[in-house]
Amino acid sequence: MVSTPSRGPVAETIPKLLQRNSSEFGSSPAYRVKEFGIWRSWSWNQTEKEVESLSLGLLQCGVETGDHIAVIGSNRPELYWSMVAAQSVGAIPVPVYQDSVPEEMIYILDHCNVKYIIAEDQEQVDKVIELGKRLKSLKKTIFLDPRGLRKYGKSELMSFSDIQKLGLAHREKLLPDLLKRLEEQNAENTCVMLYTSGTTGKPKGVVLSHKNILAASYSSSQFDKLRQEDSVLAYLPMAWVGDFIFSIGQAYCTGFCVACPESADTMQTDLREIGPTYFFAPPRYFEGLLTTVMIRMEDASSFKRLVFKNFMDFAKIVGPKILDNKPVSFFERLKYTFANFIIYAPLKDTLGLRNVRVGYTAGEAIGPEIFDFYRSLGINLKQLYGQTEAAVFITQQPDGEVRSDTVGIPTPGVELKIDEAGEVFYRSDSSFVEYFKNPESTKSTKDSEGWVATGDAGFIDAASNHLRIIDRVKDVGKMSDGSFFAPKYVENKLKFFPTILEAVVLGDKREMCTAFINIDLTAVGNWAERNNIAYSSYQELAGNSEVYEMISGFIRDVNLSVSKDPMLSSCQIHRFLVLHKELDADDGEITRTRKVRRGFIEDKYSDLVEALYNGAFQVDTRTEVTYEDGRKGHISAELEIRNVEVFEPKLELT
Amino acid sequence: MTIATQDAFTTDDGRLIGPTLLEVKGITLKFGGVTAIENISFDIREGEVRAIIGPNGAGKSSMLNVINGFYHPQEGEVWFKNELRAPMKPYQIAYQGIARTFQNIALFKGMSTLDNIMTGRFTHMSSGILAQALWKGSAEREEFVNREKVERIIDFLEIQQIRKTEVGRLPYGLQKRVELGRALAAEPKLLLLDEPMAGMNVEEKEDMSRFILDVNEEFGTTVALIEHDMGVVMDIADRVVVMDYGKKIGDGTPVEIRKNQVVIDAYLGISHD
Repeated sequence: MVSTPSRGPVAETIPKLLQRNSSEFGSSPAYRVKEFGIWRSWSWNQTEKEVESLSLGLLQCGVETGDHIAVIGSNRPELYWSMVAAQSVGAIPVPVYQDSVPEEMIYILDHCNVKYIIAEDQEQVDKVIELGKRLKSLKKTIFLDPRGLRKYGKSELMSFSDIQKLGLAHREKLLPDLLKRLEEQNAENTCVMLYTSGTTGKPKGVVLSHKNILAASYSSSQFDKLRQEDSVLAYLPMAWVGDFIFSIGQAYCTGFCVACPESADTMQTDLREIGPTYFFAPPRYFEGLLTTVMIRMEDASSFKRLVFKNFMDFAKIVGPKILDNKPVSFFERLKYTFANFIIYAPLKDTLGLRNVRVGYTAGEAIGPEIFDFYRSLGINLKQLYGQTEAAVFITQQPDGEVRSDTVGIPTPGVELKIDEAGEVFYRSDSSFVEYFKNPESTKSTKDSEGWVATGDAGFIDAASNHLRIIDRVKDVGKMSDGSFFAPKYVENKLKFFPTILEAVVLGDKREMCTAFINIDLTAVGNWAERNNIAYSSYQELAGNSEVYEMISGFIRDVNLSVSKDPMLSSCQIHRFLVLHKELDADDGEITRTRKVRRGFIEDKYSDLVEALYNGAFQVDTRTEVTYEDGRKGHISAELEIRNVEVFEPKLELT
Repeated sequence: MTIATQDAFTTDDGRLIGPTLLEVKGITLKFGGVTAIENISFDIREGEVRAIIGPNGAGKSSMLNVINGFYHPQEGEVWFKNELRAPMKPYQIAYQGIARTFQNIALFKGMSTLDNIMTGRFTHMSSGILAQALWKGSAEREEFVNREKVERIIDFLEIQQIRKTEVGRLPYGLQKRVELGRALAAEPKLLLLDEPMAGMNVEEKEDMSRFILDVNEEFGTTVALIEHDMGVVMDIADRVVVMDYGKKIGDGTPVEIRKNQVVIDAYLGISHD
């Protein structure tokens, strides 16, 4: 059997790739999903048929070329087919984050003049119904799971299977039109429109053409030698560009299999059952997983703990070398093989990462210890740097050149430049067409020569020739004495402590830096249990003086390490407080991809910011919170503020 | 909603309420000198959600135990599907199509969620112990069918993530849900729920209410439940029986019950002389 697809773009659109895969890989699995406790699968042949009947159904409903079709729900094969079916009939799929509240959805749905919505279940349909008349252009809502919807009885609601049946019933009549539309499409047509989560302002609709998606997918697949036998677990939001590239772009280019978990909560179990060979997860995931392993090891017997510690220390030295094909002694190799047999392989199996050949993380900085832990187990975890506008890939780390503090070399086909202010620019076939209905933003982001501004400040690391990212350009500020202020740099250092979930460092245009801290309930809760500290709520634990003591120690360590960097030594944290609630996307404090919205937080907690700078050691506050269903409530708290030791920068000593 | 006297009618929200499924007539239950239930009669119609409410010690659970065959009343009759029911053992009643959950969760703590719900299928298993042990022929076929039914229930109750988890390790709210799952596995005509929402927080109560209504709508199961939370009862029940000190003091739709002075007094604690 042919294992690697023909080199280079053989087809210019995703629907044409589907035809190619169906004829070349016909009976190999294209999609899997766990339903009712069993993995069901669809071959490429079956997928083509499913997509065809759906496309015909959409035609029968009157979908026209250029219509926007929103897809809302968690990762299901049917929803991926919906996107490809939309493309097949010349419409534009717009995946929407399924956990958005109706108010967030209305902006996107209205902005793209949505004509049809394909929703997963009652939860999503209810949101659409709630928006009701405000969706002026909406013609029909199609739902996947009929549960609870039987009584809705609205004519503009139709089930997914009914649409497919409708399409099949009129196949004779509609097929010529479908084939004509497929034939007329070319690489310049829009493949998908993805809304950026919008760290600032309203979300922007990023228009990506088939050329963009396929250029990014092909070059990255070749970069990592992805094969048709590979498999991925599609568990990240469908509205995120990464999922579109992994689960559609690369999957259609190489013909590998996309597995969908049973539900968000069963992801870890499903990961283990599937054992994917290609895996992406944000740093937060790897952190969480490591924390779980460590917590469980603490409960193990002392003998097991000893063995684990001994072999993990050994793996930290030898594992990465073996992974990078660097020379190691015969004895070391033998010991590693033995340890692999008794510890590393079973552990990787439990984590579901046993078969991972190519693993990626991106989005945020990852702690060196965390990164090294996975690599020492022999998991080829690498970093990449990308954004929606680039159809993900800007830089990637090649095998054998992996470091925790860089993001790699440009993906083949991508040109990179860094301007005087330190901002990173790129140019490639994969860079986006435009922002939908927003020519000003398009102009300010992408210049006439095709260079796209990333908004990130970075530099090329002299030692490795890799790109290093410092922070968002707009977040890199100046303190009142004119020294450099890079909050994310410090926040990332803080977040490497497992007990600190989130940190917000303040100090732009001010005389000193201060910080808000969010504790990690799992890690701190476990710590509290071990130290006999009783608590009844997150708020109580966050205000505990021993927790403060611990956090204060960590900040001191971070200050010490920051003070060693002469350029950034003024970013040491002088005062801090532990927030009484977790920063939450429902409250608008972080984005759905968990990026801190700095300005918003400074406004919302302006009373706390003031207290950090007026020398107070206690502050009363009342905060509005939004529940998942959109209702609002208030929580009040009395917060403690502490000072932390800061260190003289080395520069002044000399 | 109006309670019509004819055999079947449709509620405002479009559900079909059928003829009487179960009727208790003049039930009196005594433990030695204590009268737990005194001369109570009411009916449960097919497809409805029927609630039994009352203060602590009113005899609600005893009433459920009578229906389900745990207790045998000294006086009175139980009519199920228009037949007078002879005194039976609880398992015989289960075969008749009545399943229940308990006030204090009664699951097999050391078994997984899946296995617990599977035990609810016992009324649908007919292969002998030898066939089961060898797992051949009818036993294997049966297991396939039963497992599929159980998986649909797991999907329905959204408990996939705890399928293989030992039940004893689960939080209370989830255990309650597993217990509901086990009762549903029997595919009952009549589902008895003894305080399904006791000890739950608001969110868990909302979830459970939704599941009970979904069971009623999707499977057409008749539900009789005991509940303390008046808000919940008034929201989800079609008709309510109110008990106090073993006597029936009210019977009607939630709207009627809310206006009933005797019921208000019982709940506000007027002295009983």
